[in-house]
Amino acid sequence: MAELLTMPKMGFDMAEGTLVQWVKKEGDTLSEGDVVAIIETDKANVEVTSFRSGVLRKILVESGTVVPVGKPIAIIGSADEDIQSLLQAQEGMVPAKGEAEVVSEAEVPPTAGIGAVPEIEVGRVLASPVARRMASELGIDLTQVRGTGPGGRITKADIEAFVRESAREVPQPVVTPPPAMPPQPSVGVEYAVELVTPIRKTISRRMTESKQQAPHFYITMEVDMEAAVELRRQLNALLPEEEKISINDMVIKAAAIALRQYPRLNASLAGDEIHLYRRVNIGIAVALDSGLITVVVKDCDQKPLSRIAVEARAMITRAREGRMQAEDIVGSTFTISNLGMYGVEDFAAIINPPQAAILAVGAVRRVPVVNDAGELVAGTRMKMTISADHRITDGAEAALFLQALKAVLEQPMRLLL
Amino acid sequence: MAYITMREAISQALREEMYRDERVFIMGEEVGVWGGTYAVTRGFLDEFGEKRVRDTPIAEGVIVGAAIGAAIAGLRPVAELMTINFAFLAMDQIVNHAAKLHYMFNGQIRCPLVIRTVGGGGRQLAATHSQSPDVVFAHFPGLKVVAPGTPADAKGLLKSAIRDEDPVFFIEHATLYQLRGEVPDDEEYLVPIGVSDVKREGKDVTIVSYSKMLQTSLQAAEQLSKEGIEAEVIDLRTLRPLDMLPVVQSVQKTNRLVVVEEGWRSYGVGAEIAARVMERAFDYLDAPVRRVAQLEVPLPYNRRLEQMALPQVEDVVRAVYDVLYRK
Repeated sequence: MAELLTMPKMGFDMAEGTLVQWVKKEGDTLSEGDVVAIIETDKANVEVTSFRSGVLRKILVESGTVVPVGKPIAIIGSADEDIQSLLQAQEGMVPAKGEAEVVSEAEVPPTAGIGAVPEIEVGRVLASPVARRMASELGIDLTQVRGTGPGGRITKADIEAFVRESAREVPQPVVTPPPAMPPQPSVGVEYAVELVTPIRKTISRRMTESKQQAPHFYITMEVDMEAAVELRRQLNALLPEEEKISINDMVIKAAAIALRQYPRLNASLAGDEIHLYRRVNIGIAVALDSGLITVVVKDCDQKPLSRIAVEARAMITRAREGRMQAEDIVGSTFTISNLGMYGVEDFAAIINPPQAAILAVGAVRRVPVVNDAGELVAGTRMKMTISADHRITDGAEAALFLQALKAVLEQPMRLLL
Repeated sequence: MAYITMREAISQALREEMYRDERVFIMGEEVGVWGGTYAVTRGFLDEFGEKRVRDTPIAEGVIVGAAIGAAIAGLRPVAELMTINFAFLAMDQIVNHAAKLHYMFNGQIRCPLVIRTVGGGGRQLAATHSQSPDVVFAHFPGLKVVAPGTPADAKGLLKSAIRDEDPVFFIEHATLYQLRGEVPDDEEYLVPIGVSDVKREGKDVTIVSYSKMLQTSLQAAEQLSKEGIEAEVIDLRTLRPLDMLPVVQSVQKTNRLVVVEEGWRSYGVGAEIAARVMERAFDYLDAPVRRVAQLEVPLPYNRRLEQMALPQVEDVVRAVYDVLYRK
């Protein structure tokens, strides 16, 4: 008997989805589990699979259509059976292209065809307290996480698995451009489609939130890195390969020392309160194939430079290999982004919410400088730019922070105290 | 250090404190001529004389009442109640007098009293002589309640209890007297009251326990370790004042908690610990807290039934599986 394929409910707050692309066409033979279409929810692009084997007899909505959850999108049956009665029943119910017919939650059938959510999710997402806390710190949407605990409860292990998978997921280009998909970027220009991965979505949401909510201001300062580079050379001559210290490790330690003096740069805004963190946990932005992730060196003010170097290296390696642990990425109070290795002279970063500031670090360069005697000589310089949240701190304070940071880097023995 | 039994450790603590401070004396049923029901004070009568080792009538209200009087008057009594089950006969003296005198007299008097008693089941003494009503006493502000789980802690805590300016209810477990362990010889070896102790470090699950159940929990942890599950075992040692810091820190690390107590589950130590962990570390829990406790029946006399009703190593292991979401 022919049956209806309906718009699945992918998460408890989903009311409608856009039919992005039909993967199968009318008349195609289907096996159970075959991808029939791709839909887009407000959170992700999702494949709609067939709940049975048979033939895709009739497509009821065109691609590009917004379809309320639970409404039929296609009829699946055997090759020769009569589907007239089903078709008639659908007449007048199929929304026209582009129209978003909003249905209330109550009208949504509890199980809507394939991809129907388990009953448990209808009320709320079940998650353990620690899983909820981690998700909120990491900006993970719990409806995207598969729970393996009792009744589908999301546990700490599930969040960790989700983080690992998100980091591993590299966007898969879809080779054939779909015939029609709103909004059209430019008429007549062909393009390839890349599905937005969960990590990309998280970056997108958090960065948008940051730029919309936190009034950023930017201050740049140049540091004489002559002594720091020399100290690093001397230290690394003593250290085995796996313990060598990077310029970035020195910037982390210097920032931690400076943050102790200017705690408002190591803070968050929470309603009417500014929360000044007691710990100095510095996040390091790490570029992955799939996007950007921040690993966190805890208590940088307490740890010697050598330990910061070893821990940072281990976490960065884990992140790049997709093996990071939950502890690696939570709890940061300040972030450093370094593009020096790309030869970038200077740039400004977007604050990692809810933090007060982020430090963007450029490359160490050999440049002409005028010395105290008024002569033009070769010098070693590095530029750094602080982006700070004006709701929490002001320009003068951020400038003083940079000054303190510069002072430590220019007298780098202080990093070893 | 000496490798001795809990009985010897307690005996040592009493003897050392009696030599250190002549105000310290012992009173109770059969503590003198008989040497104590659990032979803790054997030889004390000869060593210290009748004045400091006093046999009393079988009247618990009198034992505690007289000890309170002596404490108020400036002595340091160690009153022994043969079992915790008999402490009910002295309840009014313990909870209405000892626990409240300092407060009721606005600090003008103190009551530096130790009540030593024996609790716990497992020796086929049947329903009325095998109870673990530790939490009943821990319910009352004004009383300190201590219940050691190792010989070293027993010695150090008892010495601290005797030196304490407030009444301390000191619960020894009937089946732990033969437990052996390393105990410092040092006469100034003290274990502070109100400090919980991490007895075994681990990262996967936190097991909180005390007294006899500490030993059960440690055995469970040993067994779990063979399967690659590293349990952190925390010994409360003192039920009031309750030191939650190591527990909270541990739960923040492991995200999972099992509380093991010998008494009944309802209104018990597990309930208290679970509530406090929710207050202080809610956002760190990854699974509901599990309580391992005695079945809610009067403890049977029959040996097998008694063992079935008391928490066993396997019960702790199963609870750990539960909080780890293992089948």
